[in-house]
Amino acid sequence: MSATHHHHEEQDFLFKYIFSQDHKMISKQFLITGFLMGFIGMVMSTLFRLQLGFPGESFWAIDFFLGSWAENGVMAPDKYLALVTMHGTIMVFFLLTAGLSGTFSNLLIPLQIGARDMASGFLNMLSYWFFFVSTIIMLISLGVEGGAASAGWTIYPPLSALPQAIPGSGLGMTLWLISMAIFIASSLLGSLNYIVTILNLRTKGMTMTRLPLTIWAFLVTAILGVLSFPVLLSAALLLIFDRSFGTSFYLSDIYIGGQVLEHSGGSPILFEHLFWFLGHPEVYIVLLPALGITSEIVSTMSRKPIFGYRAMVTSILAIAFLSVIVWGHHMFVTGMNPFLGAVFTFTTLLIAIPSAVKVFNYITTLWKGNIIFSPAMLFSIGLVSTFISGGVTGLILGDSALDINIHDTYFVVGHFHIVMGLSAIFGMFAGVYHWFPKMFGRMMNNTIGFFHFWITIVCAYGVFFPMHFLGLAGVPRRYYTNSEFPLFDNMLDINELITWFAIVAAFAQLLFVFNFFYSALRGPRASQNPWRANSLEWTAPVEHIHGNWPGEIPEVHRWAYDYSKVDENGDYVNGEDFISQVVPLGPNEKDGGH
Amino acid sequence: MSNSTVMDSKTAWGGNNVSPYGASYGKLMMWFFLISDALTFTGFLSAYGFYRHYYSSIWPSAENVFTHFPFMHGNHPLLYVALMTFILIMSSVTMVLAVEAGHRMDKKGVTLWLGLTLIGGAIFLGSQAWEWYHFIHGTELGAIELGKGYFTLPDGTVESTKGIIARWTDESKQALLLPWKDGADYITITGAQLNEFITNGKEIHGANLTHNEYGHPLFGDFFFFITGFHGTHVFSGVVINFIVFVNVIMGTYQKRGHYEMVEKVGLYWHFVDLVWVFVFTFFYLI
Repeated sequence: MSATHHHHEEQDFLFKYIFSQDHKMISKQFLITGFLMGFIGMVMSTLFRLQLGFPGESFWAIDFFLGSWAENGVMAPDKYLALVTMHGTIMVFFLLTAGLSGTFSNLLIPLQIGARDMASGFLNMLSYWFFFVSTIIMLISLGVEGGAASAGWTIYPPLSALPQAIPGSGLGMTLWLISMAIFIASSLLGSLNYIVTILNLRTKGMTMTRLPLTIWAFLVTAILGVLSFPVLLSAALLLIFDRSFGTSFYLSDIYIGGQVLEHSGGSPILFEHLFWFLGHPEVYIVLLPALGITSEIVSTMSRKPIFGYRAMVTSILAIAFLSVIVWGHHMFVTGMNPFLGAVFTFTTLLIAIPSAVKVFNYITTLWKGNIIFSPAMLFSIGLVSTFISGGVTGLILGDSALDINIHDTYFVVGHFHIVMGLSAIFGMFAGVYHWFPKMFGRMMNNTIGFFHFWITIVCAYGVFFPMHFLGLAGVPRRYYTNSEFPLFDNMLDINELITWFAIVAAFAQLLFVFNFFYSALRGPRASQNPWRANSLEWTAPVEHIHGNWPGEIPEVHRWAYDYSKVDENGDYVNGEDFISQVVPLGPNEKDGGH
Repeated sequence: MSNSTVMDSKTAWGGNNVSPYGASYGKLMMWFFLISDALTFTGFLSAYGFYRHYYSSIWPSAENVFTHFPFMHGNHPLLYVALMTFILIMSSVTMVLAVEAGHRMDKKGVTLWLGLTLIGGAIFLGSQAWEWYHFIHGTELGAIELGKGYFTLPDGTVESTKGIIARWTDESKQALLLPWKDGADYITITGAQLNEFITNGKEIHGANLTHNEYGHPLFGDFFFFITGFHGTHVFSGVVINFIVFVNVIMGTYQKRGHYEMVEKVGLYWHFVDLVWVFVFTFFYLI
């Protein structure tokens, strides 16, 4: 069924809100589900931060949330591993992959390219429901015997391959794998839809160089997803065979509990290669949508055209290309040939170039702009900040000679949480604040937004910045407690400080939750174009209708970044500091971006 | 929307619901899905290559494993797999003819060629099952899986013998062939050393996911896994082709005015055949 068909008939509740095929509703479904999962992931992290900051102490909160996982309010060691694993899995895949891409690709692709809906509304709906089922299975795995998967979000064998290895390696791990297989299917269906929609359904005049940078980012993200998730599927299927059918793809001769197992000949390094072939592009699957959102917001809120549109597009493509040839930098300590290590170091450090291009373009766009500090803008600038401060430590970790010293320490934890976790979640917050009027037809409260931003960014740096020092001092990651090692006794205070910051940051998110739901129900009504922006979504009516625009789809005549454009007399073209993409070019006017 | 007129790139990429690749969204989706699926297979085949290379001295050679041909006695290395590969490739040819008949809106032609494609796919699946049966069943002679220990090669290097497969030279069971090469030949074990190996080892027949009479167990693991994964693709291809076949007979596409669905399943079918060419090369030829 073609998406251009127009349906106006009344839909009953079930098909309007639950089994909806409308991209705007599916976008909200992804947003709510993603944020719910994110909230669960955040609570988990706060709980294990309590254990790390105050090892062995009893807490009411731990007892309340974990129940039998924490006798007398003290977290059990194996449950600590389960929580760390699930925190990583939920945040990386469910919040920042499906939650971020699912929400904004779905909302913005049809609206910004001028399409009635996604190419296939049915597959789009399936994509959400596959995602939903995978979240449910992942959550169920928390409650099964032995607990959830505990081998880390990277599920390296043999911990993940031998059901008898640790408690979480049993049913919990099986459910993890099933959930991820369904998740991959969801991601594939979504990505295919995003790609073909952008390629085939652009409105008249919407050439590729007139696309807003958000769309470029979503397109490249989707392509990366199509290329890398199937390899995770390969890795997971082979792992399932090792676990359940006695093959030895990842298992060499191995003893467990003094007993020799039948396995022989395989190698866990193979899994690492397959996993990180997904795992590294995954970082950019998480990051690129956030960068795209930032491009849009930084330009709109600076009232200036984005600096270097073509350079931005090129650097997105360059980052995407490089991201699939750098996976080995996660494996420098696996006994990799130093020459190969040097190759991966080289390709990894190359990524700094397009990343720096993007950062400088953001700063140059901000330069001398009439900056409007909306919460969305603050979070976007926050992203630029975290992208820089996390990026420079990436240069250290990307160098094999340096990485070997700080591998598997808190330095790594600090690095990737800042550059990938914070950047992506800041981009997601920015997107929600910015497009909330488009999603819900109401405005969010700015004051609460400011508090949310400032507390979040201060606490986020408070959590992750000190971790670099812990890492340089040699504190290993993934340990249940550091109080058993006299070597790290002088690090306990820092750990305590980090935990306090984490607690405050977690509570600050309640501000956002309140703001979100209160504004969705009671916020002031939004005008059609509250940010006075150029892109097409603001030409659609506030009320959501199936098909997005009543009557004809608008035709596009210019790029999306004509802000503060002046003519030869120094007056604003069109009389305002923004010109919508649907306004035809004047007789002597040149289109930007070309 | 299969548009065969050549567009200049400005029109092609200028929006207005024009597909820059002249393909409908459904066909594009199929293409991108196939790229994704190709990467899944790439993951498996590179894993195979990894071990094939690492264990090159003790990897079984396919012409010693697949020597049967239905209703014929004797040694026919790789003959049957060559036949089934030929049948699968021919089914791609009939698929092309079905698509071509679809372009001409020739319902009879589509029915004929798609029907032949279905038969080709079914024969391939049956042959695959037959290959599996013989691989699992193995030979009456069997082989000895050596126990834990070490063996000094003539050049002085020491190799671990745990899990290494030693095969009989002939049915008299008087000598074992060790997989490590001594010049051009394998090392032959007789006499007292032979008895030692037999008592420490285990006699096995055929292959499964943990043992493999013909050599390294990972060969069996990968063989069953990858040909199984490919077979699942062929099976689903046959099922999808069958559904489309029924629709062709019922005239669904004739009413719709085009046979694009046949083209889409055609793309999938060609992909599955192409993957087999790689699987065949990796397992049987290299």
